[in-house]
Amino acid sequence: MTQLTSDASHIRQWLVSRAGAWRSVVQHVAALRAQRHATVDEALSAVEAYRGLARDLATARRVAPNSRMTLGLESLYGQLHGVVNRRPRGGIAAIRLLLSVDIPRAAHELRGRIAAMALLMGLSALAGWWLVATFPTLISLFASDDMIEHVEQGHLWTEGIINVMPSSILSISILANNIVVSILAFCAGIFLGLGTLYLIAVNGLMLGAAFAFVHQHGLARALFEFIIAHGPVELSVICIAGAMGVALGESIVRPTVESRRDSFQACAHRIAPVLLLCALLLVGCGFIEGFVSPDPRFPMASRVTIGIAYWLILWTLMSGRLFRAPDFKRGADAEN
Amino acid sequence: MSDEQLSVQSVTGVDLTLKLAGPGTRSYAFVIDWHIRFLIAAAWLLIAYFLFDVALTVKSAAGFLSILPASIIYFLYHPILEVALRGRTPGKRMAGVRIVSRDGGPAGTSALLIRNIFRLVDSLPAAYMLGLISCFVTANRVRVGDMAAGTLLVLDNAAAEKSLLRIEALASRSQLSLDALELVDQLLERWDSLETASRAQIARSLLRRLDPAADTVALDALADANLRAMLQAHLNSNAASAMPDESHDAAHI
Repeated sequence: MTQLTSDASHIRQWLVSRAGAWRSVVQHVAALRAQRHATVDEALSAVEAYRGLARDLATARRVAPNSRMTLGLESLYGQLHGVVNRRPRGGIAAIRLLLSVDIPRAAHELRGRIAAMALLMGLSALAGWWLVATFPTLISLFASDDMIEHVEQGHLWTEGIINVMPSSILSISILANNIVVSILAFCAGIFLGLGTLYLIAVNGLMLGAAFAFVHQHGLARALFEFIIAHGPVELSVICIAGAMGVALGESIVRPTVESRRDSFQACAHRIAPVLLLCALLLVGCGFIEGFVSPDPRFPMASRVTIGIAYWLILWTLMSGRLFRAPDFKRGADAEN
Repeated sequence: MSDEQLSVQSVTGVDLTLKLAGPGTRSYAFVIDWHIRFLIAAAWLLIAYFLFDVALTVKSAAGFLSILPASIIYFLYHPILEVALRGRTPGKRMAGVRIVSRDGGPAGTSALLIRNIFRLVDSLPAAYMLGLISCFVTANRVRVGDMAAGTLLVLDNAAAEKSLLRIEALASRSQLSLDALELVDQLLERWDSLETASRAQIARSLLRRLDPAADTVALDALADANLRAMLQAHLNSNAASAMPDESHDAAHI
């Protein structure tokens, strides 16, 4: 009984002796969480406090496992763990790293799959063309009644669209739709890549069917003229998003690390920067499609120039040539 | 609330214990956030409709530009707030949860964005069904977005720190053992929410254990207010003894 009372007294005395240190840690954590940057001295003192708190927590877990003191120390330890492990804010340097290393490396890793997606889309487009050329009534599966009616009257559905809706609004609605399609193509990769393959194939099929239909009514050149400014990047981005989705699916089917979950997570983190670039490029596509593509004042030559120039920007960003990337290829190959 | 925990290794050698939020807490936070973003978006639309006399249709420029901010509020609420508030949103704060990375540290911007991109999958086929099923069947109670981003939703026990400081303060002026101190403090904290008969019974039982020599008959005769005052006195005085059933081994503290 005396021994037990003495032990209890020791715990209380220990708590009292450590109280000042814990109070100081609480203030320290609050101050560090509030500020964006910490000096070297502040960081070192946080690490020292972290070590001290770990020792106290280990003791508290042993002598008073379910006490409020231990729960409080657990919470404080968790907060200090978060502060000590906080990643530095990158700012401009992080964006430069993203553009010069992360995106080019991911694009390099995806190059085979991008080519495969382009091939799938191309073959689907040919299949769509063949289907509608052979069975013209099938166009009702791929196009709305409004679009069909326009074309049958000898006009593209895009004609006069800027008279109905201002270019700015048209751009925003187009870019929002394109971004959703790209994100969907990426995310659908979770279904073992099959969702992505389906999306790319359907998009290709619709593209081919639409071209075949307008060709039957002598409007193929007009449609080509409409899409040439924004189409190269838009279609490339959809293929890239598809390649990312397939990579995600592949990371689950053929994990590169111990568990499928870790493989999936590592893949998502590695290729997500490319999705960010794709979204930004689609914003540009939306504005081209809203301001340039439907405007008859732009001649064919300027549309082709815009289309090629914008695609070259995509290529230089993806390849890392625009920001003089370090030798990311060696690293990517080594990882593979 | 979920009682599931995850131990994360730390460089100090002392594991960090994370209390995982279950599907219930997660849904609770989401419902609060959904109401907040819906109400803000709806408020914006109503202001646009009544003040600017705008027809809310995407076919008119003014209508579209009124709908656009409401859509941005509704769809970008989670990614923007989670990044700005370091893994929290007002709903998560109210539900007492926050997003952390799997190593227990704060989730980075890219992880939070990936987590939100995958909402598209989690929301399939409707009402976040896939995400909810995933929370029920996965070990760490995570949705697909969390799996992709490497994040966890954990319970954030902010009150624990306050109670630590409170216990510290009480321990410095009382001679009660830690167990006794916490019991008395918790009883006094909950005093008003307990029924009079129940709290009197618990208080008498506690006072007998704190002072085994106390007169049982006199203790039974004490009124509710007096019992409370006695407990308060034990917290603030140096006279009380430790609980006799104290069983912790503190020899190596």
